[in-house]
Amino acid sequence: MSEANRERSTSSDGRDRPMAPPEGAQPIPGIFRAPGEEGGVHAPAHAPHGDAGHGHPPYEPVFTPGSKRRNELDEVLTRYPTKMAALLPALWMVQHERGWVSDAAMAEVADVLELTPAYVKGVVTFYTMYHQHPVGRHFIQVCTTSPCNVCGAEDVVEALLKHTGCFELGQMSPDGKYTVIEVECLGACGFATPVMINEDFIESVTPDGIPAILAGLE
Amino acid sequence: MGYPHTPHARETTVLSKYFGDREAITLEGWKKRGGYAALKTALGMAPGDIVSVVKDSGLRGRGGAGFPTGVKWSFMKPGDGKPHYLCCNADESEPGTFKDREIMRWTPHALIEGCAIGSYAIGAETCYIYIRGEFTEPLVRVESALKECYAGGILGTNAMGSGKTINIYVHRGAGAYICGEETALMNSIEGRRGNPRIKPPFPAVSGVFAQPTTINNVETLAAVPHIINNGAAWYKQWMRPDNPKSTGTKLYSVCGNIQKPGNYEVPMGFPFKDFLYDLCGGPPPGRKFKAIIPGGISVPIQTVEEAEASLMDYEGFVAQGTMLGSGGVIVIDDAQNLVKQIARAARFFAHESCAQCTQCREGTAWTTRILERIVAGDGTPEDLDTLLDIGENMTGKTICVLSDSCATPVASGIKKFRADFEALIKKKKHHLVPAVA
Repeated sequence: MSEANRERSTSSDGRDRPMAPPEGAQPIPGIFRAPGEEGGVHAPAHAPHGDAGHGHPPYEPVFTPGSKRRNELDEVLTRYPTKMAALLPALWMVQHERGWVSDAAMAEVADVLELTPAYVKGVVTFYTMYHQHPVGRHFIQVCTTSPCNVCGAEDVVEALLKHTGCFELGQMSPDGKYTVIEVECLGACGFATPVMINEDFIESVTPDGIPAILAGLE
Repeated sequence: MGYPHTPHARETTVLSKYFGDREAITLEGWKKRGGYAALKTALGMAPGDIVSVVKDSGLRGRGGAGFPTGVKWSFMKPGDGKPHYLCCNADESEPGTFKDREIMRWTPHALIEGCAIGSYAIGAETCYIYIRGEFTEPLVRVESALKECYAGGILGTNAMGSGKTINIYVHRGAGAYICGEETALMNSIEGRRGNPRIKPPFPAVSGVFAQPTTINNVETLAAVPHIINNGAAWYKQWMRPDNPKSTGTKLYSVCGNIQKPGNYEVPMGFPFKDFLYDLCGGPPPGRKFKAIIPGGISVPIQTVEEAEASLMDYEGFVAQGTMLGSGGVIVIDDAQNLVKQIARAARFFAHESCAQCTQCREGTAWTTRILERIVAGDGTPEDLDTLLDIGENMTGKTICVLSDSCATPVASGIKKFRADFEALIKKKKHHLVPAVA
């Protein structure tokens, strides 16, 4: 994943917004139209170009024909009787490639799976694991639900915030390296406190163990 | 860290026998341990006979509801010309529960074998294993086990040379507790928001992709190969003589303030007191148990006296005012602020409500706000009645039971530990001045 994609959003509320085709990419038929072009859904004329308008680099499509991810998606599609069923897997692929699921990414997925971008956005916003804005290189999730809470999970969160330099939960550290969030039950209650860093699952974390864990991350 | 303990002498290891055994994770190792013999046997049987054996064994759903598995399977009518589906619910998200995770980490082939037998028994050619997004390690283990199975001819269009088609795929969730509810899980597989559906139609009539579907928990399916190998009578050896409704062994996940947390497998009807003090080592030094939640956070809280009198099976826990649920035992000791933990549980449900039903969307949020206010020292004596009133309106009135699950720990907490709540309210920090005198 390119470093540039991790750059922090410049919009005031940290969200990326209007959806429009990525700069230099092929327009996606049936969704957008250039001014004066026939058909498609009207995109507001003032919409900035793709994610670029918000300080993000232009979105590069993930599912271009012949690409690795496209082939992977084609294989996934054989598993289900409908195209829509491949939506969750497709969003995972986008997130793995680009680090987060931007509006432009949703538009691409919608196009590939013959859905509307609005529908895809509806699904993305339902599931908590899809990032709707860029996150730190190391995305740290700490469980603080009751079973871990009674074992001191809140101290772990505090220690993490302190050692990563993140000011508050959900905010990226100034160096773009970390984002720490509290999550509901990670399903490892007997090994309190579980911490998930990107795809790695670490069990039985204590506040004292945090510096060593962070030191192990590049 | 996280590795299984050496089984206690009083444990009965059926499902957990190979936990911690690295060789059992691979196909070769699993076959050496007698794996896939049950699938071979099952493929030589008529599907109806498999359903009968499972029915006779008394196996009940281990996900929480405890519905008899064989009966559930018998709702599927083979040969109705429709594609059938089996969904394996591996969206283990109930706080306190982490047994399915261990099954998938250590014995992924046990689950796959159970899924294959189940698929054949209900006439399904496709099975989806819905694994929650946070389970990265179980996901990798199950996916690589599936790859081995396809390469080894165990799955595919000619499963174990039987000419039958059995395909099993993993579907990864993306963080939603509610997707463990069966109809929400089906919506999630279809690529929708995980909102539960109104029943009827029940899944056996119209489930995933509007076709007949059966949904079983990981632990339930993992038990099936053992029943096929050893017979229904063998499985029924584990039950209380006076209670034939609960049979077999059950995995319990133990967490919270206890000396030895982890997964334990004991036969149905095991005394809960021995379980807590003998097997799990009792409370941390110098402390005492205060409250116990035996079946995941959705079930009523027990006092220590109730817990010590409980027998560990579906009926045994009901007799002591709670439920077996998913088998996630959460132990809270006397050093904890119980009200704070109940508030934390309510916050969990408020966060996880899919917001379809008003009672749940609003009720979980109100409950959380009031409880957190009490914890912060701003509670009023009327709050407890308000909470109970909200809870009553949240029970039995929604599409799924998430709303009820939020009301349960709150209502049982107030009923059994009212003094804790009242003490916090009396210690009130701030005195609210009415805006209009």
